[in-house]
Amino acid sequence: MLYLRLFWEFFKTGLFSIGGGMATVPFLQEMAVRTGWFTSAELADMIAVAESTPGPLGVNMATYVGYTTGYSQLGIFGGLLGGVIATIGLIFPSIVVILIIASVLAKFRNNRFVDAAFYGLRPASLGLIAAAGLSIILICFFRVDDIYRLFSDLSFAWRLLVLAAVVLAGTRWIPKVKKLHPIFFILFSAAVGIIFRLGGA
Amino acid sequence: MNIYLDLFLTFSKVGVMTFGGGYAMLPILQREVVNKKHWASEEELMDYYAIGQCTPGVIAVNTATFIGRKERGNLGGILATLGVVFPSIIIILVIASLISNFSHLAWVQNAFAGIRVCVCILIINAVVSLWKKALVDVFTVLIFAAVFLASVFLNLSPIIYVVAAGALGILLQLKKIKAAGKKEGK
Repeated sequence: MLYLRLFWEFFKTGLFSIGGGMATVPFLQEMAVRTGWFTSAELADMIAVAESTPGPLGVNMATYVGYTTGYSQLGIFGGLLGGVIATIGLIFPSIVVILIIASVLAKFRNNRFVDAAFYGLRPASLGLIAAAGLSIILICFFRVDDIYRLFSDLSFAWRLLVLAAVVLAGTRWIPKVKKLHPIFFILFSAAVGIIFRLGGA
Repeated sequence: MNIYLDLFLTFSKVGVMTFGGGYAMLPILQREVVNKKHWASEEELMDYYAIGQCTPGVIAVNTATFIGRKERGNLGGILATLGVVFPSIIIILVIASLISNFSHLAWVQNAFAGIRVCVCILIINAVVSLWKKALVDVFTVLIFAAVFLASVFLNLSPIIYVVAAGALGILLQLKKIKAAGKKEGK
């Protein structure tokens, strides 16, 4: 049953994604490939919407993916229910884990095994996010969905790279501009996309 | 006002005012939870935040559960958490239902082609800022490289890497743990 699967998939994502919003992206990427509920390109759009609306990134992503999945199979009502169920699935393990940790807070904070586990978990989580980022970059710039096809089918999009360079400079190096909220850069990129017909539509 | 309702509404407010999650939430939590409601001290908030970062799930959700539980037990924790996610759910459901009606329009497709470029850069920036905290020595760099390459070229569930890296972390630090344990024993 679709809703049970949605709950289970997001339950796993909530349980294993560690270190904030972007950490859910590799799990969603893998979910897209395995279930076919949404495409990797749609995932990139969802990240943009989740970044530009209020609320925690991971929660926004879950609601959006749940909606899209439910909508594609059962229409608008299915979408609404899917959004709510995916979100509850995502936060359920968090709530349980925190309620348990809160009762043994002092011990958990100073436990050397917990420290040691996170010594390994942090770089692994970063590796997963970087890999998910790479696959979104491949889709966005080269329109291929896995790295093997990159070498056989290299269609290059220089206008996208120019925009990328501008946004990179704006978010990292230009003083004052780099302090702006991400929504500013997202709106700027949308405007550039429309003016220069970056989607080719 | 009923304290449960107050928890739910206050955290809804925090949810609405947080753009972009995690770190953006800290100043808003300080104002609402520490200064206005006195539900936690500044230090407690920092502790919850640190633990929220290194436990599974969304940091904002973890912090809300902590504070709600402290104030009114498990039910308080659950209500505070539902408060944080409530505005997100409503806003995203409205936007998602609108977008699915407009996604066939040419200008919407062009806009999203531009937006995707921006998302790539935002992910790169997130990786760079996490880099300094996660990659502290040669082992952590190796773990990063191994997980990165494996998940680019293999088609395995990310859960496998998370579990393996946690175990490897404990294994690599075992000497340190034992040494520290002995010191305490004396």
